[in-house]
This record gives sequence, structure tokens and C-alpha cells, in this order.
Amino acid sequence: MSVLDSKVPKGPLKDKWTDYKNHIDLVNPANKRNIDVIVVGTGLAGGSAAATLAELGYNVKTFCYQDSPRRAHSIAAQGGINAAKNYQGDGDSTYRLFYDTVKGGDYRSREANVYRLAEVSANIIDQCVAQGVPFARDYGGLLDNRSFGGVLVSRTFYAKGQTGQQLLLGAYSAMNRQIARGKITPYNRHEMLDVVKVDGKARGIIARNLVTGEIERHSAHAVVIASGGYGNVYFLSTNAMGSNATAAWKIHKKGAFFANPCYTQIHPTCIPRSGDYQSKLTLMSESLRNDGRIWVPKNMEDVIAIREGKKKPTDLSEDERDYYLERRYPAFGNLVPRDVASRAAKERCDAGYGVNATGEAVYLDFASAIQRYGKEQAKIHNITNASADKIYELGAAIVKAKYGNLFQMYEKIVDQDPYKTPMMIYPAVHYTMGGVWVDYNLMTTVDGLYCIGEANFSDHGANRLGASALMQGLADGYFVLPYTIGDYLSNEIRTGKIPTDTPEFDAAEKEVTEKINFFVNNKGTHSVDYYHKKLGNIMWEKCGMSRNSTGLKEAMVEIKALREDFYKNVSVPGNANEFNSELEKAGRVADFLELGELFAKDALEREESCGGHFREESVEIDGEQEGEAKRNDKDFAFVSAWEYKGEPGEAVLHKEELEFNEIELKQRSYK
Amino acid sequence: MSGFFKSSIGRKYAMALSAFFLMFFLLQHFAINILSVFSPDAFNEASHFMGTFWAVQYLLQPVLIFGVVFHFIMGFILEAKNRSARVVKYASNNGAANSSWMSRNMIYSGLAILGFIVLHFIDFWLPEINTKYIQGDMSGLLADGDGFRYYEELTHKFVNPIRVVAYIVAFVFLSLHLMHGFSSAFQSSGVSSMRKEKLQLFGKAYAIIIPLGFIFIALYHHFNH
Amino acid sequence: MNLTLKIWRQKDAQSKGKMVDYKVTEISEHMSFLEMMDVLNEQLINSGEEPVAFDHDCREGICGMCSMYINGEAHGPDRGVTTCQLHMRMFKDGDTITIEPFRAKAFPVLKDLVVDRGAFDRIQHAGGYISVNTSGNTQDANSLPISKHAADEAMDAATCIGCGACVASCKNSSAMLFVGAKVSQYALLPQGQIEATDRVKNMVAQMDLEGFGNCTNTGACEIECPKGISLDNIARMNRELLKANF
Repeated sequence: MSVLDSKVPKGPLKDKWTDYKNHIDLVNPANKRNIDVIVVGTGLAGGSAAATLAELGYNVKTFCYQDSPRRAHSIAAQGGINAAKNYQGDGDSTYRLFYDTVKGGDYRSREANVYRLAEVSANIIDQCVAQGVPFARDYGGLLDNRSFGGVLVSRTFYAKGQTGQQLLLGAYSAMNRQIARGKITPYNRHEMLDVVKVDGKARGIIARNLVTGEIERHSAHAVVIASGGYGNVYFLSTNAMGSNATAAWKIHKKGAFFANPCYTQIHPTCIPRSGDYQSKLTLMSESLRNDGRIWVPKNMEDVIAIREGKKKPTDLSEDERDYYLERRYPAFGNLVPRDVASRAAKERCDAGYGVNATGEAVYLDFASAIQRYGKEQAKIHNITNASADKIYELGAAIVKAKYGNLFQMYEKIVDQDPYKTPMMIYPAVHYTMGGVWVDYNLMTTVDGLYCIGEANFSDHGANRLGASALMQGLADGYFVLPYTIGDYLSNEIRTGKIPTDTPEFDAAEKEVTEKINFFVNNKGTHSVDYYHKKLGNIMWEKCGMSRNSTGLKEAMVEIKALREDFYKNVSVPGNANEFNSELEKAGRVADFLELGELFAKDALEREESCGGHFREESVEIDGEQEGEAKRNDKDFAFVSAWEYKGEPGEAVLHKEELEFNEIELKQRSYK
Repeated sequence: MSGFFKSSIGRKYAMALSAFFLMFFLLQHFAINILSVFSPDAFNEASHFMGTFWAVQYLLQPVLIFGVVFHFIMGFILEAKNRSARVVKYASNNGAANSSWMSRNMIYSGLAILGFIVLHFIDFWLPEINTKYIQGDMSGLLADGDGFRYYEELTHKFVNPIRVVAYIVAFVFLSLHLMHGFSSAFQSSGVSSMRKEKLQLFGKAYAIIIPLGFIFIALYHHFNH
Repeated sequence: MNLTLKIWRQKDAQSKGKMVDYKVTEISEHMSFLEMMDVLNEQLINSGEEPVAFDHDCREGICGMCSMYINGEAHGPDRGVTTCQLHMRMFKDGDTITIEPFRAKAFPVLKDLVVDRGAFDRIQHAGGYISVNTSGNTQDANSLPISKHAADEAMDAATCIGCGACVASCKNSSAMLFVGAKVSQYALLPQGQIEATDRVKNMVAQMDLEGFGNCTNTGACEIECPKGISLDNIARMNRELLKANF
């Protein structure tokens, strides 16, 4: 019997959540006033949780490193949010959303959690509309949907290309209401640097005021971590510059198990790197693959000519192009899932066919879509013998209506007109499915310490479907955590205010202060970014889109060595007691340097290919699926939960076996 | 509602309302003045009516004076508040990149107009008040009793080329002030349709035609007498 | 390309600041403006100096964190972009670029180019919400049809990223575009009607309290707004306030 207890309620899958809610202990309103909750991170999960907990009557303190909760990186999500509303009458249901999510996650998520997610998804839309989130509507005034991410129904709600922004502003508005009532105290420009445990329970945090540098103690009856994913371990990712794993990593070091760190989503349609100075990558919505065709030149001479500027991509005839996705996956073509599309791009670029100076770019071409739409429009408008120019004009107008804002963004960044020349794209790190291990209650392995949103591991298995991240963040924050945390807090009504002048707080603060003083006094020779870039390079090369045993072992050694060098030679200018961006970064990179090693260890341990984790040793060796990812359900249908033991490389593995009662495990095929 | 006019937006409404009133007054003033070009008699008739009718003198005139004074004082109050809203100025500021000169310099065009109004009061209004209410001559006749005095007084003032130039300069500033002020008053009072082209065009036309008309009147009398 | 940078340096909120000149070399035209700043900072760190503090986060133009006043314009000379999306191809070799923080009494400088925009948050606390509880039993989303036109207009107002470029660009440091956009989003939707009166009164009162200037309709905010928020939102807010008072 594992030490991990997922606490999934008994009973039929579809009744579990309802039964659970009917039987949990509640806290009476008068007692809620005496209970404090800390929420770290104010994105969709943290923001919605803070607002809902405050609404219920708890005293909430929120912490975010940005200058306002509204700037959390949930804001950058473009495409939409899934919900099983079946407004389109296309046969969607809670079960279907559940099924798609488990299958999309390559059967590595916990059934009961995913079913609950699908169950509350419809409530999210109701809630957001009531808050005034301006979702897209059709001419009848009802909500519009788009299809997304290769599922068979249209269940994605959206607000232009800024769905994340609008949902976050909705959650933030709910927070505003509670801030005005005095039930939420927001601590902006604050960073949590450690959790404080008293008698095994999470009882507070140590935070740094990023403006004054002051170290603060905050106590609470429960602590909720909603600090997002750890994609920035790769240095270059679509995450915000400040996105970090510090809160999640600190609680891991204090006893919370870290699950499946190797599950990372690498998104196929991002704008490629243009040089070594690159600071971050920009995502282009996946929807572009509905109309764009992906290719590289067939002949190496053409690749070289294009890189040297002697040829333009439009000079190449159809038979000089290799539409490699259409070639390899005739059934799904350009619409294969994210992980498959990303690996295929990498395969071509590794073979030397990358089309820009860095050799890391493939074309996403809209020329045939423009032709197709143009001819269709000519027919609709009864234009016979339309000239090529006219057809182009008509077609470009349709493409503009569908993707205009994305094309404009591309042009601003790359300075090329994607209507005239193919876009260049390359995969980039986008989302981390792994995270802090939580049970059905979203509680970590530390009592009173919860983890929600991207920061936990629970719902997406080994691969996340498009438009599901927003759904999970809000489901956790609005509809799951407020119930489950109540069950825990019902035992805290007699605890009283938690004092902060205890030895536990003293010790935690001392540890934090020592670390900060170490950095500002180290006077080394290299900047923090120097190490972050090096780490990113190791991660990308050896723990990136495809991984093998040798590379992963090397990565572990290299990361450890890099970490040691970092502690010897890092340079952090400025002082501890002032606004100091370099000091902030130093602490975050220090944690990434540990997390990266655990990441590699986890990837090494998982000798199968599943979802975003592709092991070169685990591929189909014959038949139609030759060369494709091979999952191993017999040996690896479990969650890897790692327990910290002083060094990331010495972490101990605990397995949570995954049971599938409602779904039959199948191999994904896109041929 | 008592707090309304204390709020920033309430004050903008007040500013806009007084502006609407002044723009209407300007139109009316122009309509009477232009008569002097076509028919001295009609001009005299109209002037005498305006100068002696009780409702104009005892109701509209104080309202007008209040309107003018209010518009200036509120303008100064808002300007002071606006200036205090930025303590440290930019070392480099490229206002021309995003706004018209007129919109950024309403205080200066306004001050030029204030200077003009002082001159104008000395020229016309004070002598009027003196004649009518101090000397008690409400007849509106010339000293020799031979017809109304208004047209004579008007043409007499525009003999001096310096005054004509001063008037022209003032009207250029008035035009600049109106060029922004006309549409701005609509925007402040919540008429977003002001941003529609036709109304914009109308505002521009007003801002050019009225001051240009006043300039024409001054020049006409200068060169014809 | 090689550039001269004139940058505002200020140690903290209490200290006085000044413009300091720096040189950067071999800047690629494909770099974003903030990547150019990264190059400068790396250079400063390596020579033992303190890097220039500036706000930035998502670097894709949506979080609203970045906030520089570049050559006399908020977010620099390009249109429809934030500083993070401004690219160096907008500049020429040998240029001198002046970089200042967003300036307004209501946005005090915290350090170098970093300002405190907490005033925006406080305005939103004053009324930027619809009072609805999270019950899971809220009425079905489609039980309240909203015309596509109103929904689209509300969305246009809601795209505001709260960066403060409007305040920075306004010669009066007025926050009316920001507040107008927020008021408009709710004013355009039926859900927002119930609390419309108090919302606009309270948000405007808080805006005034924070020390922002008045709107004189120069339109600079609309031009410099990276999200193209329309001046119509200010007119709508003015109407809403009038309605709320009479």
C-alpha cells in the first residue's frame, strides 16, 4: 500500500462529487470569520478561489509578484474555455468531455478528478456570464462556440482571441468585490519564499515585499498554492518572464510530493527564435492549423538557398515542398495533436531542413487556403472567370476575418507579411501538466496545504487538450476548493488566530533571510540569466520534445554541476532591502536548477512514451504505427509522486496506481 | 446631485454647457454684426433692440457675463488641477504624435481670447454702459441726433489698423480654440456621435466660418471707411 | 546598430532621479525593445553596476505590466503595441532614445522606470464588479440573450490591459479612458444595469481622489492605447454619471 491516498470517494463515478458534497463537514458562517486562508498566486485558479473563499466569509490574503492580480499569466490564454454545455446540440455531454480529456491526456490522469472537472465545467460558463464576461455571441444573442484541439464537438467558449484575459478580469472583478468588503487583503508585488509548518500543518508563509525588500510573516489556517506551471525551467517558453516555480518548489521541499514533472506540453505553433538575445517565445493560436499547411523544402539545396536569402519560399514549386505532416499522417494531416505536430517539426529541423537562420523553423502556409476560399467566394458571388488577383483578394479577405489579429501580431514581431509569404513557426514550451501532487480534495501531502490550477498535477495526465487549462483553473477555484477546504477547516474552528512569533516562523524566516543575504553578498562573475539560459539549453536539448536514457542521465549530471557553479559564481547586484529584480530572479532560478534535475530524473524513470513525454526507446517498431510513440500501460499506468530528500537527485518515488473503470485504454492513432 | 459638479466629470459638463451657451452667443453676435456689411440700417435696428430691450439687458446680459466668467474661471481651475496631476514633467514629450496643437493649448488660445475680451469690453461694452446707464442716454442716437449711433461707432473703431490686426489675431485664436472646443464640448457632454464625420465637419466649419466672418467684417469696415 | 540611451534612474520612491546616458552596441533590428534593455542590463551587471529596473512580464502585449515612455510617447513610436512588442526596427543606427517612466502624480515612481499603478486597482475595488455569488446555481448562461452588437462593444471596452499608457500620454494625466472602458463594459451589458448608478459614481469618485487630471479630449490616450480603446467610452461614462445623478 502506497503512502499516497487519493481519497477518491466511493460509489459510481457520476455520483462521487454530489455524494461527497452532501457528506462533508461545513463551517458555520460565524466561525468562518475567525478563519484565515492564504492564497498564493492570483491567476484563474488563485483569483477565483480567493474571491469565492472570501465570499463564503473566510479572511483571505492573496499574494502575487505582479503589481496587480489582474496581470497573472492566465491573461495570455488565447483560444477559449471548454464546457460541456451542448449548446450546439452536437451530442456533447459531461461524459464526452471527461472521455476526451482522459484520452487526450494519454490515460495518465485520475478518472474521478477529470469527471468532476467535466461536471462543473458548465457552471463556470454560467458564473462568468453572470459576472459580465463578454463571451462571443451569435446574432441571436446566444453564446457562440468554436471547435478546438481535434475533438469531435464544438464546446469551446471564447472572447475573441483573449479568452484568458476576460476570464481573469472576471475573477479579478469578483476579487474586487471582496477587497471592497475587506474580506480579501491583496499583497501585490509580494513573493512567497517559504511555507511555515506547525505540527505538520501548513500555518503560514514567509513572503518578501518586492518593493521594500522587507521579509514578512503571514499566518493562516490553510495555505493555497496557485502559482502556475514551471515552463520557465526551459528559459525560453511562452510563459511570462516572471512565471516561476518557487512557491510550488518550496512546498515540495517542505513535504509536498511533486508529481510527473516530466509531463510538459510543447506547443507546435509559436513564433521561432530570431537570435541568442531572445527572451521569450510567443504563441500563435492552434486554430491556425485549421487552414495552414505545414512544410519544409524537399531538397537541401533549397534550404540553404532560402537561409542565404537567395530563394524565397514562394519560389518553390509544389513538388519541391515536403508537406511532412500530410505525408506521415494522411488521416489527420496538419490537424494531428500538439505533441505529434511538435515532434514532427523537430524531426525535420534536426535533419537539417529548418528554414531560418537558426535552423529551427518550418513553414505554415496559407496560400492554398487563400486559393480555396477565393474560388469558393468567387462561386458564391457568381464571378465567372475570376482573375488570379481577384481570387487571391477574395480568399485573403476570408483568412483575414478568421485570423486577422494573429497575422497582425506575427507581422509586428517578424516584420513579414504572412498573406504574401508563409509564416515561420517552431514548437515552444507552453504548459506543464506535472506539478504538486494533490488528492481528490486538492490537498497536498502536507495537511492544510492545497494546490490548484496549473501548479498541481491532477487533471491533464500526460498531455493537455486545448481550452482545458482555463477550465481547470476556474473549476478548482470556483467550484472545487471552496467545498473541499471547508471540510478541512471545519476542524479548525477552535484553533484561534495563529501567532507568527513562534519558533517555526523564526526558523523559516531565518532560512529565507540567509538565502537572500547569500545572493547579494556572493559577488560572483555571472548574471542570473547566464545560468538560466544554460539550464534552459540543457532542458531543451535533453529533456525537450524527445528524450532518451543517455541524454537524461547527462542532463541530471549537468544540471547538478550547473547548480553548484551557480552557487559559487552567481552575481546579484544591489541590496536585499530594496526593489531588486536580479535578486528575485536569482531565487527563482535557484529553484529551477533543482526542479530541472528532478524533471530529468522523472523522465528517466518513465521508460514509456506518453503524451508530451516521448522516449526514443519506446516507439512502435513495426506495422502502420512504426516510429510512433508507444505507451506502456502494463508498467507505467501510475502517477509518479516524488518525495524530497535533501537533494533533487535523491528524491524518492511513490506511485499512485491509476485505475480506469469507465474508460478502455487505447493507443492513439493519427495515421 | 450636489456632488456631481464637484466631480471631474461634472465640471467637464459645466465647462461644456457654458461653451455651448457661448458658442450660441457667438453665432447670434455674428448674425447681427454681419448685418453691418449688408445694411447699416438693419444693423442699427438690431443693435438698438439688443441694447435696450429689458430682457436682453437685465436677463441675458448677466447670464452671458456669468457664462464668460464661469468658463474662464472653471478653465483655470481645471488647468491648475491638470497641471498638478503631473509633478515631474517628461524630459522628452512628443505631444504632436498623438494630439492636435489646438487640443493641447486650449489654455493659451483661451488666454488670448480673454485678452481680446478685455480689449473688446473697453472698445464697446464700457462706452455702451457709460452712455446708457451712467449718462442715461437710452435713445441710441448719435450726438447730433441724426440717426442711430451704432453703425458709426462700429466703423469708427475699425479705422485704426493696429486694432484691426489685434482683432484678426484674436479671431485666429478663437478659431483655434473652437477647432478643438466645439467637438470637445460634445464629447464632454457624452455625445459620442460627435465623433461621427458629419458632426466633426460641422464643428470644423463653425470654427472656421464664424471667426473668418468676424475677420471679414473688421477688414470690410477698415477698407471701406 | 549602435544606440545612445538616455534613461531615468531613480533609486527609490524617496530619492530624486536623473537622466543618465548609456551606450549599447550591436543591437539587432529583430530584437524587441525589452530585449535591447536586457542587453543593456547584462552589460551593466557585468561591469558591476546596478541594472535598470523596469516592469515587464508576459512580453506578448497582454498583461499590461510594461510601461515605458519612449522618445516622448507611451510604449514608443509604434501604434497598437505595448513596449514589449515594440521592435528595434523602428529605430535607426546612431539614434538617441529617451526612456522615462510613465509620469503622473497618481503613479509614483518606485525605482528607475517602475511606477506604482495601484490607483487603477483602487478604482476597480470601488465598483469594477457585478455582485454575484459563486453558487453553481447561477442561471443558465443562455437564459439571458445579449445582442451580438452589445456583446462585441462590451468586449472592445473590456480589452483594456490596464497598462496606464492613457494616463502617461494625457497632458493632464487623466485616467478617464481606463475608467471609461471599465464603466462601459458593464454599462453595455444587462448584467451590469442593477448596480450601474453606484458603480459609476464610486469609480469616478475614487478616480478623482487618486489625483488624476481631467479629460480635455485631446485624444492622445486613444492614439497611444496599445489596445485601441475608443474615446467613445469616455463619452459613455460621462452619460452614465449624468444618468446616475439626475
